Amino acid sequence: MQNYVFDGSFEGLLSAVFNWFERKPGQVKLQTEAAFQPDAFMPCLHIVNEREKADRVWKGLQANLSKATLRKFYCTYLSELEEGYTALFEFACYLFTEGAAIENNYGNPYVLALSKIAKKVEREKHRMEAFIRFQHNADGIYYCGIDPDFNVLPLIATHFKNRYADQQWIIYDLKRDYGLFYDLSTVEEINIDFNQRQKTTGIANAIVSEKEGLYAVLWKDYFKSTNIQARKNTKLHVQHVPKRYWKYLTEKQFEPD
Amino acid sequence: MSERLREKLNILADAAKYDVSCSSSGGNRKNDNKGLGNSHASGICHTYTEDGRCVSLLKILLTNHCIFDCAYCVSRKSNDITRAAFTVEEVVELTMNFYRRNYIEGLFLSSGIFKNADFTMERLLRVVKKLRLEERFNGYIHLKTIPGASEELIREAGMYADRMSINLEMPTESGLKLLAPEKTHQQVTQPLGFIKNQIVQFKEERKLIKSTPKFVSAGQSTQMVIGATPETDKEIMQTAALFYKDFSLKRVYYSGYIPISYDNRLPMIGSQPPLIRENRLYQTDWLMRFYGFHVNELLNDANPHLDIDIDPKLSWALRNLQHFPVDINVAAYKVILRIPGIGVTSAKKIVQARKFGKLRIDQLKKIGVAYNRAKYFIKCADSPYQLKDYQGSQIKSFIQAESQSKYLKYDTSQLILF
Repeated sequence: MQNYVFDGSFEGLLSAVFNWFERKPGQVKLQTEAAFQPDAFMPCLHIVNEREKADRVWKGLQANLSKATLRKFYCTYLSELEEGYTALFEFACYLFTEGAAIENNYGNPYVLALSKIAKKVEREKHRMEAFIRFQHNADGIYYCGIDPDFNVLPLIATHFKNRYADQQWIIYDLKRDYGLFYDLSTVEEINIDFNQRQKTTGIANAIVSEKEGLYAVLWKDYFKSTNIQARKNTKLHVQHVPKRYWKYLTEKQFEPD
Repeated sequence: MSERLREKLNILADAAKYDVSCSSSGGNRKNDNKGLGNSHASGICHTYTEDGRCVSLLKILLTNHCIFDCAYCVSRKSNDITRAAFTVEEVVELTMNFYRRNYIEGLFLSSGIFKNADFTMERLLRVVKKLRLEERFNGYIHLKTIPGASEELIREAGMYADRMSINLEMPTESGLKLLAPEKTHQQVTQPLGFIKNQIVQFKEERKLIKSTPKFVSAGQSTQMVIGATPETDKEIMQTAALFYKDFSLKRVYYSGYIPISYDNRLPMIGSQPPLIRENRLYQTDWLMRFYGFHVNELLNDANPHLDIDIDPKLSWALRNLQHFPVDINVAAYKVILRIPGIGVTSAKKIVQARKFGKLRIDQLKKIGVAYNRAKYFIKCADSPYQLKDYQGSQIKSFIQAESQSKYLKYDTSQLILF
């Protein structure tokens, strides 16, 4: 058994796979630097990121995996979970040892793990497409700040670009401190210096446009009047709209009495 | 000004909430005119009401003025409620502004009937035309067809809407006659048939001329009110099956009647809407559309009602034990689909995974099979050897003992009185 420690980047992960095939060290435990605890009895290899090697592994994955599985691979990486990195590493080693046929062998724990973690990430992606509430700011830009469990910004960029083609918008990941800005032609990655402005999920922002308040109120009204009291089912409601997302949702903001 | 708009929205959203359709899927409209919005095949629910139903569309009535007096409807003429009507501009502005903030996937526009069918339909048409042509809006639009409107208007509306629907209201003609003497099923089947034929015709033309516009690309749907009249589940589902077949409907919705009237033809105000029954009907609908069941297998003269305490798939399996146990490792996909506790996703995974070796119990559990339920109906690589053949009623009690039914608290079994 040996420890492999990498920096948490995609390139690092792929480099680790390359290293394993170079060295064939048997059983390996892959960890990120952040989670790594040195162990006196286990040898440890710090993975050096190497672009060329990572590219070769990525090409190998592309050649051997269907589009759907390749996407699962990428989604699992975006989960930022330690067990996700392990699953990816083991999955890649298994794939390059056994050949392309294994990608749907759900009897294998790592193939199954990939599929399950990817599903969680896809669910989060879908939730962000649903729960983002833009707020029209005085500068004409539609803004929303989020802090999703997984790093889903790369997955939602195209959706919002295609949908909101005629308005400028910013979606900002407050947890990971980067965002997407669409300027009516392309989507760019941006960093906002929050020293000047309040860090906010978009709701209760001080610089909103004139009509913003009206539409927020109309939306809250709509949300209330579309409910059927005789069918009230709070459990189901919370299951669909977990409480951790309420802070994004305009319809869940209540004025203090 | 904005106060009046608030008031109208409250009234006209409240009146539209009994329309069940919330789907924003099946459309495929690209945003290639650099306008606002698009719609995907899958659709998105943007939030959920406190009763747990999804909100994906701005669902409103254009007006709740109505010349009809259908007993089950809040907007009926004789009901003493506040009336309101949106202007075309107000609907367009609300839709655009809600959509820009990512509150909704699009618009669901229905209406009470003022003056006559054509007058109302023409207003609805003006809303969609303005959205599509002036505002370059490509989000989802579900338009209610007004029964009795002329074919020219329906045809034109279909060029701009993604989905059109028209409600059957009651599952049987006699039920409808009882509560809405002015309406007939024929008024519904006529436009449904017309739109279906148009869809087919436009598709044919698109094969020849690429530039032919799409017509109601997300198809048609309908809705039935359940529990207001004494139909059996068999009658309801046979009507649904017939409509799926004759009019190629995308969906049939079932709406448990919520008492809103003191009319003595209807359940009393305050009585519980038939939520479990509604749920069982949807499960049956799913079994027909995705699991290859024929309606007569699930509901027939011997079993005119669905079981309340178990789902219809389990109920079918218990009545048909001769088909079980099924060997997971050799059976065809369609056969695996019929096993209680196995859904479409797990069935597909099973068929993929067994190519790599015989599947065992622990693998089935990880794949997502509800093993405690499925175990009475399957064989796999390490199934325990079983001498005894259980009766359906025994299996049912084993499964019920193991599962915590969320409906237990509503247990409605009749007490023995004599």
